[in-house]
Amino acid sequence: MFAMKPPARRDPAPSRLGYRFHRLWLTPLFRIFLRVILPVFALFLISAAYVADDENWAAIEARYTAVVQSFQERPEFMVTGVDIRGADIALAAAINGLLPFEFPVTSFAIDLGGLKEEITALTAVKEARLRVQTGGTLRVDVTQRRPVAIWRHVDGLRLVDADGVLTGMVPNRTDRPDLPLIAGDGARESTVEAMALFAAAEPIMPRVRGLVRMGERRWDLVLDRGQRILLPEEGAVPALERVLALHEAQRMLDLDIVVVDMRSAARPTVRLSTFAEEHLRTVAERRQ
Amino acid sequence: MRDLYQRQRRMRALRKAALQRRVIAVLDVGTSKIACLILRFDGPERFMGTDGVGSMAGQSAFRVIGAATTRARGMRHGEVVNMAEAERAIRTAIQSAQKMAETRVDHAITCFSGARPRSYGLEGSVELHGQQVGDMDIGRVLAACDEPDYGDGREVLHAQPVNFSIDHRSGLADPRGQAGTRLSTDLHVLTVEGQSIDNLLTCIERCDLELAGLASSSYVSAVSSLVEDEQELGAACIDMGGGSTGVSIFYRGHMIGADAVRLGGEHVTGDISMGLQVPWAQAERIKTKHGGTTATGMDDREMIEIGGDSGDWEKDRRRVSRAELIGIMRPRLEEILEEVRARLDAAGFEYMPSQQIVLTGGGSQIPGLEGLASRILGQQVRLGRPLRVAGLPQATTGPAFSSAVGLALFAAHPQDEWWDFDVPAESVPSRSLRRAVKWFKDNW
Repeated sequence: MFAMKPPARRDPAPSRLGYRFHRLWLTPLFRIFLRVILPVFALFLISAAYVADDENWAAIEARYTAVVQSFQERPEFMVTGVDIRGADIALAAAINGLLPFEFPVTSFAIDLGGLKEEITALTAVKEARLRVQTGGTLRVDVTQRRPVAIWRHVDGLRLVDADGVLTGMVPNRTDRPDLPLIAGDGARESTVEAMALFAAAEPIMPRVRGLVRMGERRWDLVLDRGQRILLPEEGAVPALERVLALHEAQRMLDLDIVVVDMRSAARPTVRLSTFAEEHLRTVAERRQ
Repeated sequence: MRDLYQRQRRMRALRKAALQRRVIAVLDVGTSKIACLILRFDGPERFMGTDGVGSMAGQSAFRVIGAATTRARGMRHGEVVNMAEAERAIRTAIQSAQKMAETRVDHAITCFSGARPRSYGLEGSVELHGQQVGDMDIGRVLAACDEPDYGDGREVLHAQPVNFSIDHRSGLADPRGQAGTRLSTDLHVLTVEGQSIDNLLTCIERCDLELAGLASSSYVSAVSSLVEDEQELGAACIDMGGGSTGVSIFYRGHMIGADAVRLGGEHVTGDISMGLQVPWAQAERIKTKHGGTTATGMDDREMIEIGGDSGDWEKDRRRVSRAELIGIMRPRLEEILEEVRARLDAAGFEYMPSQQIVLTGGGSQIPGLEGLASRILGQQVRLGRPLRVAGLPQATTGPAFSSAVGLALFAAHPQDEWWDFDVPAESVPSRSLRRAVKWFKDNW
């Protein structure tokens, strides 16, 4: 009657298209392309399309700056004060005036390197060290320049340190009677030698008025009563010591001498004052 | 013959290319199942010379990374009868093997059992003029073998030099470097029907695979199931497949004869199906579950539910004793073995010094077959299983896979065949040179 067909067995054979696709899928290059290159490209494309809108870009920027700011303004990064060490009141005030920000400020906003350069540029500062301490203080360690002499210049009196750098001004000589006086062109360049000469002139210090640089090459030691000791270019200190030794032995500088010329070591010369010269001449005539 | 030489050389080149890409598929196209192994070659062989182990014929060079088996369709007697169905079956096997291996393969080496193989022993000899034998001389002597008339549409599948002799010294495996006056060789040639090969190749090419080698399944199953001694001393390998039974004879390490009987396990199944009036699939199940070759008193009492799906309760409830089943199977198995015996006799197997018979293939798993075979074929019968190779899944280590494993060995380490030697190109160039000289003489 009716031929009963057995149920068709499921054929596991893949279709030709399926087989081809499976082989393609097993190809390493294709796989890398589909799994890495394509998603990366799509992601790039989508984000580019999003960013291309100015509004979105602005929103991203605002969000970014907000995040950065909220991180930087955490209390552990805030600096609340400045602690200046090693500077006198005037210098501390000057340094305080240099700080370009108002406290409290985040430590990310402080440019320590630039600030250090600025502080070091002050004439009175020899060296400065800056750091932000724990607890939120900006610590400034300053080494001040110490004036060792007064330099008389055409427009007034200046303070000079051992390196010849100007550290400030004084209105009157009497404001700093403890410092010796130097003058003349090129006096600042040889402050070191001047200091050595002042040290050597210690025995007659009450009489010393100052040192004058002559012709930017040698020193004259000026004493009171208009006396001058002309010192040579080389070996000024030994020459001065020689004069002081003479003074020690014969009280030479107490005599009525105007100039002691030590410029030539072989022939030291003294010049008497006009009165002494005439007196000497009369004595000589009387003897004859 | 030159045409075939070029074709085989092209396949060898493809095999080299496949080895460079390190992945190659091995496809055993049988009548009842199609097996596909995917091999990965990891550089040169690694074996411990200190263990006294040889190079193991290249089998340590590869690893099986994918294996799949599928029911064959569109095949009969090891030949393609329905191209589309066969192509689908091959596609299934390859795809699931690729899935397991997680890689794609572009080259395949295949074997088949049908196409009426016929083997010939050829002889050839050349003068050596007292020179040492070089590669060129071997190519010359192989080319000097006189071809018999194979018949229309037949093609050479294997052409293996099995023996070389110089003057009166015979049994040389590699005569290169020796000196003599006359070099002669014995060449074993296996021919098959060209049309069947072409059909199979078309099926494989439709699966986007390139063919890197072709072998006879009776040869490759012997390669994997015969041990070295047996190959050396003389043995016959009986590969009992689904639609055909392959026979190959080995002596001194070479195959010297091959044949195929166009009967196999499917004929046994067909007999059961007809004798018990059950569907084919049911008959196959009864055969594999209860089959045997020798009935005992116990088997008379063991009743088998044979089932069936006719819808008739009386018919579907039938029971037969196991002895009846054996009574159906045994005559067919005897017929197959008698047929094999006839082929072995025709090949002169009885004159071999050692007459070891090795049964392999899916059909050899019938219990008691070796007893039956020893009564028909000779005393020395054993069951052969394929060699163990690295990475082979447990499910594919049975005797049904001996030709697939043998094909893997063949892929790793093929035997030198005629087309592996350069044929001396003396004929064409020397003639044209002579013509050039003649032209000069005539014109100047």
